[in-house]
Amino acid sequence: MRGTKTLRRTFIKSALVLATGMATLVSPYALAKDYPEKEELKFGFIKLTDMAPLAVAYEKGFFEDEGLYVTLEAQANWKVLLDRVIDGQLDGAHMLAGQPLGATIGFGTKADIITAFSMDLNGNAITVSNDIWEQMKPHVPMQADGKPVHPIKADSLKPVVDKYKAEGKPFNMGMVFPVSTHNYELRYWLAAGGINPGYYAPEKGDTSGKIKADALLSVTPPPQMPSTMEAGTIYGYCVGEPWNQQAVFKGIGVPVITDYEIWKNNPEKVFGVSKQWAEKYPITHKAVVKALIRAAAWLDENNNANRPEAVKILSKPNYVGADYEVIANSMTGTFEYEKGDKREVPDFNVFFRYNATYPYYSDAIWYLTQMRRWGQISEQKPDSWYMDIAKQVYRPDIYATAAKELIKEGKLKAADFPDFATESGFKPAQVDFIDGLTYDGTTPNAYIDQFKIGLKGNEKP
Amino acid sequence: MNIALSNIAWLEPFVKVAKGENVAQNVQLITKTIGIPLVGILVFLMLWSAAANSIDTSLGKFPGPAQVLEQSKNLLAEHFAERERAEAFYQRQEERNAQRVKDDPTYVPKIRDYTGKNTYIDQIITSLVTVLSGFLLASILAIPLGIVIGLSANLHAAFNPVIQIFKPVSPLAWLPLVTMVVSALYVTDDPVVPKSFITSVVTVMLCCLWPTVINTAFGVATIPKDLVNVSQVLRLNWITHVRKIAIPASIPMVFTGLRLSLSIAWMVLIAAEMLAQNPGLGKFVWDEFQNGSSDSLGRIMVAIITIGLIGFFLDRVMLRIQRSVSWDKSATLR
Repeated sequence: MRGTKTLRRTFIKSALVLATGMATLVSPYALAKDYPEKEELKFGFIKLTDMAPLAVAYEKGFFEDEGLYVTLEAQANWKVLLDRVIDGQLDGAHMLAGQPLGATIGFGTKADIITAFSMDLNGNAITVSNDIWEQMKPHVPMQADGKPVHPIKADSLKPVVDKYKAEGKPFNMGMVFPVSTHNYELRYWLAAGGINPGYYAPEKGDTSGKIKADALLSVTPPPQMPSTMEAGTIYGYCVGEPWNQQAVFKGIGVPVITDYEIWKNNPEKVFGVSKQWAEKYPITHKAVVKALIRAAAWLDENNNANRPEAVKILSKPNYVGADYEVIANSMTGTFEYEKGDKREVPDFNVFFRYNATYPYYSDAIWYLTQMRRWGQISEQKPDSWYMDIAKQVYRPDIYATAAKELIKEGKLKAADFPDFATESGFKPAQVDFIDGLTYDGTTPNAYIDQFKIGLKGNEKP
Repeated sequence: MNIALSNIAWLEPFVKVAKGENVAQNVQLITKTIGIPLVGILVFLMLWSAAANSIDTSLGKFPGPAQVLEQSKNLLAEHFAERERAEAFYQRQEERNAQRVKDDPTYVPKIRDYTGKNTYIDQIITSLVTVLSGFLLASILAIPLGIVIGLSANLHAAFNPVIQIFKPVSPLAWLPLVTMVVSALYVTDDPVVPKSFITSVVTVMLCCLWPTVINTAFGVATIPKDLVNVSQVLRLNWITHVRKIAIPASIPMVFTGLRLSLSIAWMVLIAAEMLAQNPGLGKFVWDEFQNGSSDSLGRIMVAIITIGLIGFFLDRVMLRIQRSVSWDKSATLR
C-alpha cells in the first residue's frame, strides 16, 4: 500500500513538473502579444528629411499601435545625439550609418551601438557656393540646351581647387561628421576627380583628416550648412535634404551632384540603439522596428502617393521645420540643381523599396572600407575582421523577427521583404559608382586596393 | 518720478483729473508719465517697421511689427491645437489601457504624459521655472557666504581673488563642464527632473552667484560704525550680531545684489538653453534658426520680445521687494 502511495505522489509531482514545463514551452506562443518592457521612449533625430520614418511612425500612430509612447526630440548635432544614446538619455536615434560602426571600432567615442533598421537610401547632395559654381562652369560639359550634363564630376572642380592651392588659399568644404555618409561621399566624389580630401591618422592623434589634403573638410551641423556657406567659411558642402534645396531657394549656392549619382542606392541613415539597451528591452526594440518598417512602407506606398502628406508633417517646426516647397522638392521625386534646372530624380529619397530598410552586412562593410581608405582605421585588417564587425553592429535577425510578425498580422506581405530563409546579408556586386569601380562586400581588401587615391594594404598616411 | 507699470501711482493723476483737482497740473503729469513713453514706443515701432523693410536676408525680409503680431497669433493657435491633440492622446491611451486590462486582468493601467511637442507657452513656463530655481539656489548659497565674508576682513581678503576671477566667466564656458559633471553625478533610472534641467539650473547658479556675494559682503562690511559700536557695548554674541545688526543693516545692498543676479540669471539661461539644447525659450530661438523657414525670423522676434518683457517683469518684481524691505525710504531706487 505504501508503495502505491509514494508512486502516486511521484506521479502527481512529475505531472506537475511536466505541466509547468509545458507552460514554459507554450508561453512564447501564449505571449505572442507580449507587451514592451519599456513603454515610454525618447528618440533623437537631426533635422533632415530622412528622419521621416520616425515622424510618420509617430504621427500615423504606428508607435502607439505597438503600445509605445514615444517622444521625438531634435538634437543639436551628431556628436550630442550619439553621446545621449550612449549615456541613456535617448533610447535610440536616427543615426548616420557610420556612427554605430565608428563607435564600435572606437573611432571617436567608443561604445557598442547596434542597428536593426536601415532608414533610407540616397538623399544627399553636394552643393557649392555661387562663386565656386561660376568658376567651375567653364570646365563642365554642357548639353545642347545650355544646361550642364549630369552627373557633374569633380574633374571640373579640380582646376578651381588647384587655383586656390597655387594662391596659397585653403579650399574649405563642410561635411556633417567624421564618420558620416556625407564625409565618405564627398571624399569619394573629390577623389574620383583627382582631388585628395586628406587622411586621418588617429594613431598619431590626428583626427582632423587633413593630412596631404587638397580640399580641407570640416564638420558643420546640417541645419547650419547654408548659413556657414553664406558667411564664406566654407565653399561647398555635402549634406542631406532639405539643406541643399534650401541653398537654391535662398539663392546662395548650386547643388552639383546627388549621392544617387555617386553611388546608386547607397544606404544612408540607420536607427541606432545601444547594445545594452537592446539586450535589456528586446520586445521593445522589436516593437520599435515594427513601427518603423510600417512607417517606411507608408512613405513609399502606391508609388510615393503619401509623400505630400509626409512633407506636410516634416515641415512642422518640431520636425524639420523648413518650408513646404523646400522639402517637397526632393521628397516628391524632383531635384532642383541650378535655379530653374529642376530634374526628375524619382529615387532621390527611398524609404522602403529595394529592401531599403533591411540592414545589409555589405552596407556596413562598405563604410568600413572607406574608414580604412581614409586612415580612420589605422592598420590593415583581414577580410574576416570586416565580417565580424558588420555582424556585431548590423542585426538583420531582429529585423527579420519584426518583419515576420508584421506579415503574420497581415500588415505587410512577405513579398515586401527579402526572403529571410535564403538572404545572406550581402548584396550582389555593385557597379553603379561614379568612378566605375565594382564593390563586392565579401572581399573588402581587394576593393580597397582598387582606389587611385586612398590608403592600400598596410600603408600609413 | 515712477513710471513703473507695477506701481499704481500712475492712476492717481487720472483720479484727480476726474475729481477736478488741479486739472492743468495733473494733465501735464499724465502726458509726462504716459504720453511721452507712448510716443517713444510708437516712434520705435515706426523706425523698426521701416528698417525691417529695407533689410533683406536669405530667408526673406527682416520681421517687422506686423509679422511679429501674426506669428504671435500663430504660436498661440498652435498652443491650443496641441492641447486638443493632447486630449485625443489621453483618450486613445485610456481606450488602449482598457483593452489591455481586458486581455490581462493583472495589468495595472498607467497614464503616461503627453508625448507631443512643447508649445511656446510651455517653453516660457519651463524657462521661468528654471531661472527661478537657479536663482533661488544661488541666493541660498550667496547670502550666507556674503555675510560671512563681509564680517571678517581676513576672509574677505582670502575669498576676494577667487570671486573676482569667477565673476566675469561667461556661462558658455561653464556649460561643457557642468554638462559632464551633471551626467556623471546625476545617475538614476527614473529621474524626478530631467538632466537638462539640472544642467541649466547649475549653470545659471554659477553665473548669478557672484553679484549677490559681492554686494552682501560689501553691505555687511560697511555697516555704520555706530551700529557696530552699539553691538559691542551690548556685548551681543556673534549670532545675535548677525541677526540684529548685520542682516538688517545690509538688506538694501543684499537686494541690490539679488536684482543684479536675477537679471544675469535670465540672460545666462537663454544662452545656456540655446547651447545645451535644454528646453525653454533659448532652445525655441535656436530651433527656429535651424528650421530656416520663411516664418522663422518672425518667430524669433516674438521670442526676443517675450524674453525682454519677462526680464522687465522680473526686474520690477525685485524692485518692489527691494523697496518694501529697504528701511531707507527716501532713497530713490529705479
